[in-house]
Parts: sequence; structure tokens; C-alpha cells
Amino acid sequence: MSVDQKTVRHIARLARIAVRDDELEALARELNGILDWVEQLGEVDATDVEPMTSAVAMAMKMREDVVTGTNLQREVTRNAPGAEDGFYVVPKVVE
Amino acid sequence: MSDLTKLTLAAARDALKKKEITSSELTGAYLKEMADGGALNAYVTPTVEKAEEMAKASDAKLQKGEGGALEGIPLGIKDLFCTKDVRTTAGSHILEGFEPPYESTVTANLWRDGAVMLGKLNNDEFAMGSSNETSFYGPVVNPWRRKGSDARLVPGGSSGGSSAAVAARLCLGATATDTGGSIRQPAAFTGTVGLKPTYGRCSRWGIVAFASSLDQAGPIARDVRDAAILLGSMAGHDEKDTTSVDRPVPDYEAALGQGIKGLSVGIPKEYRVEGMPKEIDDLWTRGIEWLKAAGATVKEVSLPHTKYALPTYYIVAPAECSSNLARYDGVRYGLRVEGRDVTEMYEKTRAEGFGAEVRRRVLMGTYVLSAGYYDAYYLKAQKVRTLIARDFAEAFSEVDVLLTPTAPSAAFAIGAKSDDPLSMYLNDVFTVTVNLAGLPGISVPAGLSAEGLPLGLQLIGRTFDEETLLRAAYAIEQAAGFTAEPEAWWRA
Repeated sequence: MSVDQKTVRHIARLARIAVRDDELEALARELNGILDWVEQLGEVDATDVEPMTSAVAMAMKMREDVVTGTNLQREVTRNAPGAEDGFYVVPKVVE
Repeated sequence: MSDLTKLTLAAARDALKKKEITSSELTGAYLKEMADGGALNAYVTPTVEKAEEMAKASDAKLQKGEGGALEGIPLGIKDLFCTKDVRTTAGSHILEGFEPPYESTVTANLWRDGAVMLGKLNNDEFAMGSSNETSFYGPVVNPWRRKGSDARLVPGGSSGGSSAAVAARLCLGATATDTGGSIRQPAAFTGTVGLKPTYGRCSRWGIVAFASSLDQAGPIARDVRDAAILLGSMAGHDEKDTTSVDRPVPDYEAALGQGIKGLSVGIPKEYRVEGMPKEIDDLWTRGIEWLKAAGATVKEVSLPHTKYALPTYYIVAPAECSSNLARYDGVRYGLRVEGRDVTEMYEKTRAEGFGAEVRRRVLMGTYVLSAGYYDAYYLKAQKVRTLIARDFAEAFSEVDVLLTPTAPSAAFAIGAKSDDPLSMYLNDVFTVTVNLAGLPGISVPAGLSAEGLPLGLQLIGRTFDEETLLRAAYAIEQAAGFTAEPEAWWRA
């Protein structure tokens, strides 16, 4: 499989990263270099192998369903590039 | 260099407890070294006042005969660990100005035990790199140079600030993180000890996430004992990280004295890769002899899927990174670049905020997770990962630890590999398998290259058997007698 410039534009859109037209060719070349190299996994027969979902066998832990932190509005928003009255400020999304 | 900074962490700890020195003196000596060591670019944020305050508080406790396991010990913190009210950058422009309102669990554990924070250490952007050249704050310079050369070398990565600072004595020990080799490879490049614990041994809470199923925190230290002491404080169960393991933290330091008589050591034959420099191969052979002389038995083992580890890693890690880094949206923290609408703001913010390597990995990860490709790439890689873990499980049914080189070369020059992502990725050929299988690994300095640069040997242990790993590492350290130090050119 190989990616063309149109595909790079598409995945950059999915990843929400602006890419200039003059960057597309180099990005496609770099990604193809990596993809060609990972292609060797095709040699491995893994038909009946379970995919690894946890690095170390461990049962998922559950905690009590209780509120542990309250009134953190100031802490939560204090690093925001735009915040007013404890809310995040973003460009208008609804007309 | 003052005498105080010559002490190991263990020696400084003992001298502090006996009131032979004070933490303020010790911390002051390190702050002086930091001020003189600017040419290394190891620290992105020195925290001088905080260090002085913490040292003073430790002295008050030590004076009364109180204090924790690390009371008064000055440490450097990789800038991937969130530190309350102290700028945390992850080496990225996109976290511009971010001051976490909380403390990572690992650093909180260190402060609980009395450690003193000297500052935040440089690293590859979001820990993505093997040379510390991708940091927005510029490359870290290795304190070591080739004989007769003043070419600037990389300190390894991504924990390059940690490895350089420990090697140049700009801190007594440092925290680091390891996703594909980021603790062990920099340790090998700088003549320091780097320990990557079993996945789940240290909490990941409050560590800026790269690839969540691979990331693990650990120490970089002067010697094996110091690494054992630091791990003892860093490790432990944490309710805030569901992958943190709930089992007691052993006395790692106590394990060192137990010797390795009768220990069974495996030599994975697939690690004898083509094109490996002869001096690395020779060092490996010496390591085998050292362990035999200390009473271990050595046998060859096979890890047949080794050659697929790096390609597997470069699917799994970018996939997880593209998901983790989705949070940098210009809304909640860090950089924002304005746009006509919210989507354009996201796109511009992320284009300007992420460096080239991070962008490449986010795009790669987005591609392998996108509709139609998930099974071919991500699912396949996770299956191969199972096979890699199975190889190790089989080997560990026969042997107690594995011995390999840490990296396929000594430190290379800044700029030598930065134009070729693939050749950079190959640095992690011996370390990345350990992350995929969730195992503990350690790099111990074991000799010098012909050019006078440090080389490391890696030991790999069973899940949660850091004690055996440390015992074997201590045996290598004793036999290697590595005492070389870099010349302090950076102070000139």
C-alpha cells in the first residue's frame, strides 16, 4: 500500500493538522518510506493469534462510583488560552 | 567540580543522615554545576528557589533525625512529568506556558520521600526521538566527546536531558521515561545506568502521554545502587492509573548484595545483527564472561520474532500517539493560533505547535487507524506483539535474565541522522522489544569504544522481577569497573 498526496491531505484533515501544498510531496515520501518498511510484517503468519490488548496480564480495576473532586473550575480553566467566567472561549461554532 | 557532586546518591544519603553534610550545601553545589553547565542545554526550566526551599525543609527534618528515604537528595525531572505550578513543556511548542495544577504521581512519591527538585530536564518533543534533537528547546549536548575531537554528540533520547545531566553531574539522579528505549539508550550513550521497570510498576498518572501501552517511568542514575534506590521511591500502586499494579514494592537495594551464583543468563541469538560494530560484539562477549565468572550459567536462547519488533513498534506507537495527542486543540491549554472557525483554529494550532517528527507520527498513526487500514496495520501489529511477548515467555521458562547490547552504536554526532527517520528508528533495535512485551530492562555502562565513548550492556528480566535484574546488573557493574568520566569542557 502506498499513500499519494491526496491521501496525505485526507489524513492531515482527519488529524486536524494544516499542511501546505508544498509539504505534501515530502510527507508522502516519508510516510511511504515508513510504510514500505513496516510492510515486512506481511511475512508473519498471525492468523490464529490473539491481538495483545494489555502489556501485562491484569484484571481491570474498578473504583467506587463516587465524586472525588469538586469545584475545580478555576484549576481546570486556568491554562486555557481563552477563558471567561470559568468557561472556555472558542470561535463561534453555531450560526 | 566540587567534592559534594562526586558522591553517589547512596553516599550522599548516608552523609546527610549522619549530618556530615547538609542538603542546602549539596543542593547548592548542584545549582552551581547547573549554572556552569548551560552549554549542555540539559535543563529547560531550572527551579532554583524551589530547590533551595526544599533543601532547607529537608535540613530541618534531617537535623531532628527524621526524613524519608531520599531526604535532601537533589534530582532533575524529565519535562514530561507534570509538576504542580511549574512550567511543563514535554519539549513541545504546543504546551507553551502550561503550568499543571497537579503533580504527577511519580514525582509526588519522590517529594514524599524528601527529594529536592533542581529543575525540569530537556527531552525529545513528546518523548518522540532517539537523540534529543526534536525538542522545541533545542538539542541537548552529550558531555562525552570523541578522543581528540570537539564535535558535539547527541546524549541519546528521548531522555537526553536526564542522561546528560546525570553524566555531567548537574543532578544526583533523574527521572526519565521509556516507550521504545528512551531510558536505556541515553544511559548507554552517556555512561550512566538507566532502568525501565515492568509496565505498571510506576504510575503513568501526570506523565504527558505518548503511547500509553508502552510508556513507563524509571530512573537514570550514576550506578546500579542509585537506580535501585530511586525506583524504590518512584514505584507503587496508584488508584489514578488503572494499569498501575497493586503489589508491594520490594527493597530493591537489598537485592544487590545477593550475588548471582546459579543465575541462568540467556543470550538471544537474533540480537547478533548484521553490521553490528565489532567493539559492541566484543563488549557483549566480555559481559558473558563477567557473568560466568560471577557464578552464572549462560546459554543461547532464541527470540525468533525480534526482527519484527521495530516495524510493530512503528505502527503501535504512532497509532497511540495520534490518539493521545488529539487533546492538543488550542482550547484547554498551551498554544492557540486563531483561525476563521474552530476547525481552522485546531489545524493551525497543531501545525504550528507540533514539530516535524511529532507531525509525522501523528499522520502515520492516523493513517494506520483510518477506515479500511485498521486490520491490515494496527490489528496485525498487535498480533505480532503477542508473538514477541510469547518469545520472551518461552525464553524465561529456561533462563532468569537476558543479556544484550543496549544500542547498536556509541553516541553519534548531532545532525548525523536527523534527515533520515528510518536510520534514527534503528537505534532502538535492542530496546524496543522490551516495551512491546512490557518487561523490565536496564542499561549498565560496561566499557569505552575505541573513540573513547561509553557503551552499555542491557539486561532484560521477567515481569516484575526487577530484583533479579538489579542483581545481575550489579554483577556486570562490579566486573566492568567503569570509572571513566567525561572531561568537563562545558565549564570552559
